[in-house]
Amino acid sequence: MQANEIYEKLKAEYGDAIMELVSDEATEAWIRISPDKILEVCLGLRDDKGFKFDYLANLSGMDYKDSIGVVYHLYSVELKHRITLKAILDRENPTIHTVERVWKTANWHEREAFDMFGIIFENHPNLIRILSPYDWEGYPLRKDYVTPQEYNGFKVPY
Amino acid sequence: MNIKTKEGVDTLLRNRHSKIYKKLLGQDTSLIIDDPLENDMVLNMGPQHPATHGVLRVLLRLDGETVINCIPELGYLHRGYEKLAENVTYHEFIPHTDRLDYLSPLSNNVAITLAIENSLGIETPIRAQWIRTLVAELARISSHLMAMGSTCMDAGALTMLLWTFTEREKLYDIIELICGARFTTSYTRIGGVANDIPEDALAKLKVWMDDFPSQLQYAEKLVNRNKIFLNRVSGICHVPREKAIELGLTGPTLRGSGVPRDLRRDEPYLVYNELDFDVITYTEGDVWARSMVRVQEMKQSLKMLYQILDKMPKGDVIAKKPKAVLPRKAEVYTKMEELINDFMLINFGAAPESGETYTAIEAPKGELGFFIVSDGTGHPWKMKIRSPSTSNLQSLAYMVNGSMIADVILAIGSIDPVMGEADK
Repeated sequence: MQANEIYEKLKAEYGDAIMELVSDEATEAWIRISPDKILEVCLGLRDDKGFKFDYLANLSGMDYKDSIGVVYHLYSVELKHRITLKAILDRENPTIHTVERVWKTANWHEREAFDMFGIIFENHPNLIRILSPYDWEGYPLRKDYVTPQEYNGFKVPY
Repeated sequence: MNIKTKEGVDTLLRNRHSKIYKKLLGQDTSLIIDDPLENDMVLNMGPQHPATHGVLRVLLRLDGETVINCIPELGYLHRGYEKLAENVTYHEFIPHTDRLDYLSPLSNNVAITLAIENSLGIETPIRAQWIRTLVAELARISSHLMAMGSTCMDAGALTMLLWTFTEREKLYDIIELICGARFTTSYTRIGGVANDIPEDALAKLKVWMDDFPSQLQYAEKLVNRNKIFLNRVSGICHVPREKAIELGLTGPTLRGSGVPRDLRRDEPYLVYNELDFDVITYTEGDVWARSMVRVQEMKQSLKMLYQILDKMPKGDVIAKKPKAVLPRKAEVYTKMEELINDFMLINFGAAPESGETYTAIEAPKGELGFFIVSDGTGHPWKMKIRSPSTSNLQSLAYMVNGSMIADVILAIGSIDPVMGEADK
């Protein structure tokens, strides 16, 4: 299935939750999803006979300067097609429902996005930092991140 | 915070560990019962353990010798490569990929250059594509040799490691002839590869390829029908097919559960569509199946190497795209145009159009993907490394729940993670 077919089908099913299809950039086509409907759409994408997106290849946080994004790369092992979903969140309060229920592999990917971008995944079973220490402050991959001078008495830019 | 005193250190550690212990214990507080013999035990495996392929810490909750809960903890080798990538040009990031999966650096080099080229929209010459396929398969064999040896070592058979290491050393000698370094290769460039493969390297490779099957068979004889080994690795740490897909496993770990997913076949890149090979799957889903997938894949890679040597055409090894591809050193010194291009590329980098691309290859460990977001400048706006080891390690808790503590080591060995890329 091509991206525009997936978009049409999703649009017919979920209406306003599917916001736009972007395919004109120097990039793969992606579909923008309304953040509050992400769980329903993802469950639909996984369970629908026509989609069967049973595999989450990659989940990545993103910093768009004025907003924070979450990018989902989905793949279907059986039907061998892919699609990219994107949800744009508010920068001050980036909150989105977890998709851990849909794909178990999202667990650590979401923890990483939380660790690096401070995205809060609601209802995540264990949303703690994964790569940096648990008591680290700030979200390193945000563009406005300032490296702290000191961490527990150690000089940081060593 | 003052951490000069012992109390300070204790408080710090208690705070730091409280989260992971909370997850491990859940609501259940049976650890505080008075009689130690009726208690569960918390065992801390790592962060430094010779069998964990890097610095991985695993917290285990044990009932006798049975694992009740398992929490892998990452981050001990975290070097912030994703942040670093945002501050260097695309050319400068290629050597850093050697340090991701340090058992197959060539494969990472190929992956990053394919991702950058995809984002830049440039084509590589045919010979460069063949060379990349060749080195990617060499990397797969060397990585699988290591995995084969270490799986057996985890089970207690030390001899195997020494034998596979010998073969791996010979392979590294050939890699040294190809690109001048054994370990940190940095062989690929944007638009092609650093240099053509010298004839003597190909000749030496041919000799090694003729010798390798007998050596592999020799090593296989040690374990393939060895009852002690088979009893040890069969049926433990089982992952069924549906669970494997749900957990996002890739590579030999997934194919050991009977899912024939291989990016080389499903979404051919480089010249894999011109090569004849089988996708190895085993349906058992246990440690034995995963290790057998690796052994059989080495034979398939060898089959591919013969085809590559036969079919590899002559020609250029690097594209002629002045805006993206670094010029040859000799030309920089003698020609004005090249000198200007070199100056611009080194200072400002190759700039893709703004956009987002996700490119993945089948690395030895699984799907290695680079998600590159460009804003039109010479630095990536964001580069996410989707490393196979991170996703595969996530299945560890599922694998070992309910099994014996000694199987944890084998489970880690059968996933074959490399913490360099898991922690990034």
